[in-house]
Amino acid sequence: MSASFTRAINVLREQVDASVASFFSACTHCGLCSEACLFYTETGDPNYIPIYKLEPFRHLYEQDFTLAGRVKHIFGLSPELTDVALAQWSELVYDSCTLCGRCAMVCPVGNNPGAMVRKLREGMSVAGYAPDSLVDATQRNVHLGSAMGVSYKTLKAQLIHLETDIGLTVPVDVQGADYMLLLSSMEIVQFPEFISAVTRIFHQAGVSWTISSTAFEASNSGIQIGASDIAQQIVERTIKGAQALGVKTVITPECGHSYTALRWEGPTLMGKPLPFKVRHILEVVDQLHQQGRIHFDPNTKDTRPLTYHDPCQIARQGGVIEAPRRLLNAVASDFREMAAHGKMNWCCGGGGGVSAIERADPLRSTVFKKKKQQIEEVGVHTVVSACSNCRMMLEQGIEDNSMDVEVISLTELVADHLVSVEQTVRDVA
Amino acid sequence: MNAFATELLLWVKGPGFTIAVIILMLGLSIRLMEIFGMKAPDKLVYSQSNRQSGSGVQTIFRRFLIPKGMLSRAPGIYLAGILFHIGYAVVFFLFEPHIALLNNLTGLNWQGLPNSVIDFVAVMTLFSMIVVLVCRMGRRAMRFLSDLEDYLVWLLTFLPLLTGFVAFRHVLLPYTWALALHLLSVELLMIAIPFTKLMHTVTAFSSRWYNGDIYSRKGVMS
Repeated sequence: MSASFTRAINVLREQVDASVASFFSACTHCGLCSEACLFYTETGDPNYIPIYKLEPFRHLYEQDFTLAGRVKHIFGLSPELTDVALAQWSELVYDSCTLCGRCAMVCPVGNNPGAMVRKLREGMSVAGYAPDSLVDATQRNVHLGSAMGVSYKTLKAQLIHLETDIGLTVPVDVQGADYMLLLSSMEIVQFPEFISAVTRIFHQAGVSWTISSTAFEASNSGIQIGASDIAQQIVERTIKGAQALGVKTVITPECGHSYTALRWEGPTLMGKPLPFKVRHILEVVDQLHQQGRIHFDPNTKDTRPLTYHDPCQIARQGGVIEAPRRLLNAVASDFREMAAHGKMNWCCGGGGGVSAIERADPLRSTVFKKKKQQIEEVGVHTVVSACSNCRMMLEQGIEDNSMDVEVISLTELVADHLVSVEQTVRDVA
Repeated sequence: MNAFATELLLWVKGPGFTIAVIILMLGLSIRLMEIFGMKAPDKLVYSQSNRQSGSGVQTIFRRFLIPKGMLSRAPGIYLAGILFHIGYAVVFFLFEPHIALLNNLTGLNWQGLPNSVIDFVAVMTLFSMIVVLVCRMGRRAMRFLSDLEDYLVWLLTFLPLLTGFVAFRHVLLPYTWALALHLLSVELLMIAIPFTKLMHTVTAFSSRWYNGDIYSRKGVMS
């Protein structure tokens, strides 16, 4: 038995709590979770049934934590969990689960397989069975501060460009600001328009905000790979940056997992409450709109038929469901809901680190069929979303399937419809 | 033969029932200690809570309903599953002889349903359970997940209903035999509850509660 396998088993044992014990004890093998998982519905492969992805974890739970399991084991009726079995499960635990949590919404006994896959990944990463590309991303996240290796220099260069474009200054390292905005590397490198959009929105609302030069990265690969110690280091960097500037609220950007990582997992990882509030950018923009601090011209609504793709970590796993809809209805006149939306949305197929796993590309491409079908059903050529990873996945899927659909950011859409109060008054007059 | 049936009936009514109750209570105690003796899930996640809707208790009740969009994906298992659970509960709690037995044990009393209704519900429940078995053997995901225990649990659940129906209708077997086998199958079911997937009769509630509690803290009605 290798040392890493022994460590993995110990880590997995640590993951078992009363909720896990309840979940495993309640499962009746009805298989209904399979109908909620796009990896099963789009492939028909029973290996992708959510509860089945947890077999090694269930095995360990029964063998180590139940009387019946111990008895079975003593009489040789239950084989020992082996290193080989864990290795074989790597694809099921990483490539075919986006931690989207849809299975948790439909299980008749209330099981939460997604949350348990997240726990199983803790053991898998210690055993050395996390996919190489995810390991590399995590190493960059720790050593370089960003999963994509983006440095502050790169960010600064982008900020100079966009400041010229929009004629506004992006505040950096402002002491005592109310809000500190985090950014995902993807936004810095591929979607810098997001930063422009936030700057324009906050400028109109008169928000006191800043970006930290030492803690600007939102991504937390530690969560995706299942390495709490690493995830903790990354959260700690955010805490230090926020404390150094004395901010009250940290805003996570249009990035699904970084929101969950900081707001919901952050306190657990740190073992204490965070010294600031965490809010998603959509929650903040929606609040500004409701407070009347930003204005849209009701006469110049976007008339394109459009739909909204709920990022799983922001909607189902994060609770930000109504805010994007209020914003969309404020700026667009033909917003169409997909049949399954909000807490029942279907994942883009690339969450939970799957987009970073190269070997998962063909599978991801296959399961995109579900999103394609949803987009075609609502008959739109514009999909709005609020997660840069979803945006990438949607754009890739759309290109692979030669669809005539564009993907846009909700924050950017909102910013594009801003009008000053004076302008509105003039228009009305 | 009849003497043996009488003896068996006396045994299952007396020592057999006592043994089954003891194993059930002891087994449930062990299982509940195993589960809830574990550390509680971390509560720090609640520190960022912005509770907007839902709760663990609401999820316990909500999961009796079919989630939107799911019925068309698995109509057989949903409908048969719901009918069988409701039917089982109706027959168990609202059949007059069962109420009399429960009254003996607990002192509680309530109004039962007419025998004609119980008869109809029993037939519906037997049929639903057969559909559940067909689904278990026929639906790809369910068949793939199912092991020997799943089929054994189905049989242990089906037999009390079947033997009870045989006794009630006075068909197939002499009444003494039917009643003795009915009680014996109920006792086997009682013994199996703590040590098999039948434990979900208890843990489905805690599982739903944990699910609903964590999601409601995030503002999601799960």
